[in-house]
Amino acid sequence: MGAAAASAEATTVAAIVEIADDCLILGHRLSEWCGHAPILEEELALANMGLDLLGQARALYAHAGEIEGKGRSEDDFAFLRREREYRNCLLVERENRDFAHTMLRQLYFAAFMQPFWRTVAATSSDETLRGIAAKAEKEMAYHLRHAGEWVIRMGDGTEESARRMADAVIELHRYTGELFMASPARADAVAAKLLPDPGSLRAEWDETIATVFAAAKLTAPEIRVMQKGGRDGIHGEDMGHLLAELQFMQRAYPGQTW
Amino acid sequence: MTDKHELTPLWEVFIRPRNGLHHRHVGSLHAADSALALQSARDVYTRRGEGNSIWVVRSSDIAASDPSFAEPNFEPADDKIYRHPTFYDIPDEVGHM
Repeated sequence: MGAAAASAEATTVAAIVEIADDCLILGHRLSEWCGHAPILEEELALANMGLDLLGQARALYAHAGEIEGKGRSEDDFAFLRREREYRNCLLVERENRDFAHTMLRQLYFAAFMQPFWRTVAATSSDETLRGIAAKAEKEMAYHLRHAGEWVIRMGDGTEESARRMADAVIELHRYTGELFMASPARADAVAAKLLPDPGSLRAEWDETIATVFAAAKLTAPEIRVMQKGGRDGIHGEDMGHLLAELQFMQRAYPGQTW
Repeated sequence: MTDKHELTPLWEVFIRPRNGLHHRHVGSLHAADSALALQSARDVYTRRGEGNSIWVVRSSDIAASDPSFAEPNFEPADDKIYRHPTFYDIPDEVGHM
């Protein structure tokens, strides 16, 4: 055990925390719909999906904390880091805006995460990650179906729903490229056969989105330069507001538990 | 603006708790079509592991008996207790029925 081993552990922790942050931040965004959903049925659906993601984040933070071995709990990861230490991709922190934005964001993310978890479950060298993945894959399969059905119905729906969904595509598509970029920590995790190379999941994502868009009568815009920065801790303006709400209780009343 | 309930009619939801049991009515919800009704039913009525199969039926497709005709419909059965299978001795070997 030398510096090299310690550094490998830190890299593994960083690679796992990236994914956990994606789940936490998107789960929090979905929780913001509580009390605001357009219909009761969707109120429950959004909260269910948010809780799925929160559960995935908890399991990943707990695992990262164990690997790190410094006594950091899932709460420490979730609530007590600074903005630059969160390494979620920009897509998941984008504001809810309207129901169209929220469902499209969910589709983009789930279309990536379902094959991601399926691959982790089948190929990861880490048994705990395989276990988390087996459960999470089923959850994301449902998110993908649910969001996909809504994107189809809104895209090929009324004049207003089609306009809102088309606006969401223009706004959010530029954030999808970051899903497929590997940070240095991820590249190491790929080499260690811990996690799949995100680029290898691109073809399936493209096909899923193309299928949904064809049914929804939507067109994916040509994006010359994809937005990125989240994996380096460079976030959008909205992220600070999100964290202020997410962290408030633990900052104001440290150590509070349910 | 179109009436919201015209776009999302009422559906009745039936859940089967376990294999071998039958589907039971658990409630209703609004949805635009059967695919979304099934998804909503999953989200609204199976969050606590209530079942492993869902049916949804448009409420308007259910033909219901007329409440004002309840007496002619059901009272004639009240005094025909011999239709209950409680008059038969069941051999012990049969066990619980």
